[in-house]
Amino acid sequence: MQSDFFSLDRISKRFGVVQALDNVSIAFRPGEVLALVGENGAGKSTMMRILEGVFAPDTGTVLYGSTPIVFSEPRDSHRAGIRVIHQEPEIVPNLTVAENIFVGELPRLAGVLLDWHRLEEQTDKVLATFGMQQDMRARQLCSTLGPAQRQMIEIMRAIRAGGQLIAFDEPTSSLTDDEARRLFSVIRRLREEGTSIVYISHRLNEVIDLADRIVVLRDGRLVDDSRADGASEQTIAKLMVGRDIADLFTRETWQSGLPLLEVAGLTTDHVTDVSLKVRRGEVLGIAGLMGAGRSELAKAIVGYDRRLDGTITMSGVPVGPNSPHAAIVAGIGFAPEDRKHEALLLFRSILDNASLCVPDKTSTFGFFNRRKALEIVSPLAAKMSIKAPNLDEQVSKLSGGNQQKVVLARWLARQPMLLILDEPTRGIDIGAKAEIYRLIDELAASGIGIILISSEMPELIGLADRVLVMAGGRITAELSRPDIDEATILKHAMPQPVASLGGQIQ
Amino acid sequence: MNSLELRTATTQTGKRRPSLRMAERIGIHNISLLVALAILVLIFGTLRGDVFFSSRNLLNIGLGITILGVLAMSQTVVIVAGGLDIAVGAIVGLTTVSTAMAIQATGSPAAGILAGLVLGGLAGLVNGIIITYGRVNAVIATLGTMAIFRGIAFIISDGQSIAIFSDTFRFIGIGRILGLPLLIWILLLTAIVFHLFLARSIVGRNIYALGGNPVVARFSGININRYRVGIYIMSGVAAGLAGILLAARTGSGQPVSGSQGLELEAITAAVLGGCALQGGKGTIVGALLGVAIIGVLNNGMILTSVPTFYQLLAKGSLLILAVVIAEYHLNRT
Repeated sequence: MQSDFFSLDRISKRFGVVQALDNVSIAFRPGEVLALVGENGAGKSTMMRILEGVFAPDTGTVLYGSTPIVFSEPRDSHRAGIRVIHQEPEIVPNLTVAENIFVGELPRLAGVLLDWHRLEEQTDKVLATFGMQQDMRARQLCSTLGPAQRQMIEIMRAIRAGGQLIAFDEPTSSLTDDEARRLFSVIRRLREEGTSIVYISHRLNEVIDLADRIVVLRDGRLVDDSRADGASEQTIAKLMVGRDIADLFTRETWQSGLPLLEVAGLTTDHVTDVSLKVRRGEVLGIAGLMGAGRSELAKAIVGYDRRLDGTITMSGVPVGPNSPHAAIVAGIGFAPEDRKHEALLLFRSILDNASLCVPDKTSTFGFFNRRKALEIVSPLAAKMSIKAPNLDEQVSKLSGGNQQKVVLARWLARQPMLLILDEPTRGIDIGAKAEIYRLIDELAASGIGIILISSEMPELIGLADRVLVMAGGRITAELSRPDIDEATILKHAMPQPVASLGGQIQ
Repeated sequence: MNSLELRTATTQTGKRRPSLRMAERIGIHNISLLVALAILVLIFGTLRGDVFFSSRNLLNIGLGITILGVLAMSQTVVIVAGGLDIAVGAIVGLTTVSTAMAIQATGSPAAGILAGLVLGGLAGLVNGIIITYGRVNAVIATLGTMAIFRGIAFIISDGQSIAIFSDTFRFIGIGRILGLPLLIWILLLTAIVFHLFLARSIVGRNIYALGGNPVVARFSGININRYRVGIYIMSGVAAGLAGILLAARTGSGQPVSGSQGLELEAITAAVLGGCALQGGKGTIVGALLGVAIIGVLNNGMILTSVPTFYQLLAKGSLLILAVVIAEYHLNRT
């Protein structure tokens, strides 16, 4: 398609074994709202980072008309007229509204002094154009503003600096309904003025309402690029997740036993009033979008986040609050989502990492006993076929899949009763994935209860006895086999406006 | 892919030469320290070989580094845990005074030793609580307490040097066993204890975990607050021990002692020895090699009549150089 505007031409980007973007071409148009949708990990953020110049594509180019342009850092893309408004606005809280909007181009008096008078005049003009005079004053400190107002400041800054293409990454996730409506009217006005808008959101109703064109990404590939009229939430959701469920995700046995973990009314700063039960030998899936509070629920159960309210029991015995140690003693193991920062000591060996939680079994009189540690870790490493020269290899040198196996070995060494796995297959290759699925099946068959947090729908559907769906830090639905399907999960995972939330809880 | 990984695995273990394996055991870093030490010895040996290699001078170097050695080892533990303690010099000053006062008051060396260790531990406890529960940056916290401890040392001694008249106590500082000064025996013993503690004990391994990644440490059930406070108490007790040794060597408790940049030298030795200031990395053996380098450098500069003021320049530059080299290595891996 011939255009004289920004376009992406056959962009590919790979991170290790993960193909984040695969030959994606999109032409942006002035005066158009283009919605970008896809599951977590579909490649939306990677595409925004390439557009903004944070990452360079492996192959493919960003074009303006037919001229290739290369951004080596975000400043270059800003100069070219591309602005990405991130979920967390980049605002200096201790400066005023006016300074934040005009940062980098503050009007000067005699070359050195700040011309407050002119700055205020200019700011008032900008505020008036956006109808924001009632919301903030030029001299107000940004630390006194709410999230919606901060986002508005970032938008005003982008427009003021002459943005031709403005991308919004999940802008409404922290906004109230009223604030969101006002943002939409701003976006519509920008469109009328000829700005090209890229709009990323999980809220499909918003997308249909706002967009002229909808692009769907799945596993890094562009699967659909069509006009928004006539699209429905169902058709988009189907395009987003439409994969065949491979034989990969199977379990040999489905037998759950006595109740194991019981959580009642658990509340922390990030999750609200969560109650759930896990039986022995059961796999409980937890679904939800990014930021739904799934990892935070895991951190609440293992005592990492401060428990404000609620009770946790293992086989009827209460687990003390705010102490990961108490959770471990109670038989709970936790493999966090962020392996590099929350699970592994990257510069220590496999042996050190795997024996970290069993000091009692790997020591004599308080001193580390290498022979004992090898006796425990070697069979586990063999069982999971961890690929490394030897157990003294630094964990940082292993592949993602093998790193994950080291984390699992650490917990298996403790012989836990309950294992919480947060995105256990993120960023690992398909072979290691299959091995981890087999392990989950085996562990469940041996009577261990498992909580599986995952963004990969086929994984949840294939492995879980039951699935809890989370949104906004709460559980919004509970699905049981065989009624677990992607569309239903997705429907309950969408953040709901506060007013209609009551009706969604089943 | 699997077969490829396995193949590289076998070639790595199979083809390794014995000399290389030996080098790996000692550690690349420690080898470069030994080389640096050898170069210094060569330089000073060439310039003042007559005096430098005399047994008396070598013993002098050994004696000169006992107190620094104890402090460098405890500092290594603190840095491995992800902290820093710049109040150790002040704690040495405080404990020499209190040890001397306790001996003066009771006539008992045991009371003096007890006073030094307990007061050192208390000072460390104060540091630990401020850093862990007050959530104050370790450098700032110990910078503050450094002034406080030094102030207390002057207040309780009224600014005076306190003489120690106990031959038993003085024996610690000047006595010999099997021809070697007792101070050197104490350093060796402390080194063995520290090495076993940090490298072999479960607590020591947990300290590496805590410094390497506190989030992982917490998820693994380590009570990181208790560890942090404990580590500063340990550092205080070690500084107390250093204070006792200093009092025994000089035969007096002086409030000004420990203010000649002991903390600078201790941190330099620890970083030279391979400590990463981010935590999680460092060894006792490395720290001792770092101490040896500083000892030889100090001694050599005196022998070759480098003016005192210029010695300060050398010491400061050495710390910065050590950190620059450490950062360079960290960023390359």
